[in-house]
Amino acid sequence: MISKRIIPCLDIAHGKVVKGVRFEGVKEVDDPVSLAKRYSEAGADELVFYDIMASYEERTLFLDVVSKVADQINIPFMVGGGIRSLEDMHACLKAGADKISLNSAAIDDPSLISKGALRFGSQCIVLSMDVLVEENGFARVMKKGGREATSLEAFSWATQGIELGAGEIVLNVINQDGTKEGFDVSLTSDFAKRFNVPIIASGGAGNAQHMAEVLVAGADAALAASIFHFNEVSIQEVKEEVRKAGCIVR
Amino acid sequence: MTAKIVMIDYGVGNVFSLLHAFKRVGVDCILTDDVKLIQAADVVILPGVGAFEDAMNQLKNKGLDQVLKNKPSHQWLIGICLGMQLLYDISEEFGVHEGLGLLQGRIVKFHEGSLKIPHMGWNKLQRGVTHPLLKDLNNDAYVYYVHSYYASEIESSTLIGYSDYGVSVPGIVMKDKIIGFQFHPEKSGTVGEQLLRNLLEVVA
Repeated sequence: MISKRIIPCLDIAHGKVVKGVRFEGVKEVDDPVSLAKRYSEAGADELVFYDIMASYEERTLFLDVVSKVADQINIPFMVGGGIRSLEDMHACLKAGADKISLNSAAIDDPSLISKGALRFGSQCIVLSMDVLVEENGFARVMKKGGREATSLEAFSWATQGIELGAGEIVLNVINQDGTKEGFDVSLTSDFAKRFNVPIIASGGAGNAQHMAEVLVAGADAALAASIFHFNEVSIQEVKEEVRKAGCIVR
Repeated sequence: MTAKIVMIDYGVGNVFSLLHAFKRVGVDCILTDDVKLIQAADVVILPGVGAFEDAMNQLKNKGLDQVLKNKPSHQWLIGICLGMQLLYDISEEFGVHEGLGLLQGRIVKFHEGSLKIPHMGWNKLQRGVTHPLLKDLNNDAYVYYVHSYYASEIESSTLIGYSDYGVSVPGIVMKDKIIGFQFHPEKSGTVGEQLLRNLLEVVA
């Protein structure tokens, strides 16, 4: 059967890896290509690269990173950030990416999901959503990296995205993001039960147990950044923990 | 003399990573849709991601379906992912479509049920037989799949490796000088790299 995936996430700005805490206080970490290679060799199942500047001027720099990464690693990887058109998607895929993550642009124009899925296949189109769980329990979809509220509710937005052809969902819960206190297990578990596409849990990974917890609860993959970047835990340690918890890992 | 290896360029999917994967194991594939080059090659790689009918039409438009059907007997033909599916008689993807008919079998959809479709991710490669293609792989060899349809009703003697996803999913098949990989060796980490090295030895 399919194994649970452990996915290091690399935020890229000016061609370098950075990690924002709660999307603020950006701190530089490492060279994306060497980091990607290191993770791939250490047993990462997939990688994610977000272009957090996502500006027109930076585009070439980001695509250059993508193609260098593709040259060096032999596991699947996803790219996101600032992808607003079929041409953007095509450029990333041509540079060697396997999957495209759509977020704010899909909120502004949901047809981007269906256009991408028709042209490149659903397996290639990932709907990434930043969700803020409000005090009354309303799961609100945010955009622009979590800075701007929308009127969308998380489950209905995911339903729509899947109907339009998204083949996978990244559920990033902003309440947890950067806290290192663990994922939002209950929301992620509800997502995994509700939807028939893989759910990638994101936001809050602080240790190996957190990763195991959310995967046992039904997530297909768990994403983390700083715990890997700062060598707090190795990918193999995470996998050991997930295996002990009864899940299949590679 | 080193074998001439060509990869068929017929506008389907992303061949970039496959070309790079071969480069990492020391092979420069020529990406081409030129009939003469393809006919003269020792090894022909048929990649593919996307829809079956569309891919078959692209091959037909370039006259490459006939080239592959009538390939010289000494020539190796390697189908990868959708490229493997195209080798079979028939596919049920969005209707019923004829494939190249080089392998006996039918491409069918995974049953809707508790399992998610597509079959996407890392799955353990089980050995159908002991075979040079599986050389130096340990028992915990995982490979990366992305597909919603799989080969069924195949000749059992052609099965080299498979994975379990509710049904037995043929992962590697081989008959005479035709080899198919349903998963993506180019995305399957060190296992994939070993498989490509094994492949190069087998076709050498």
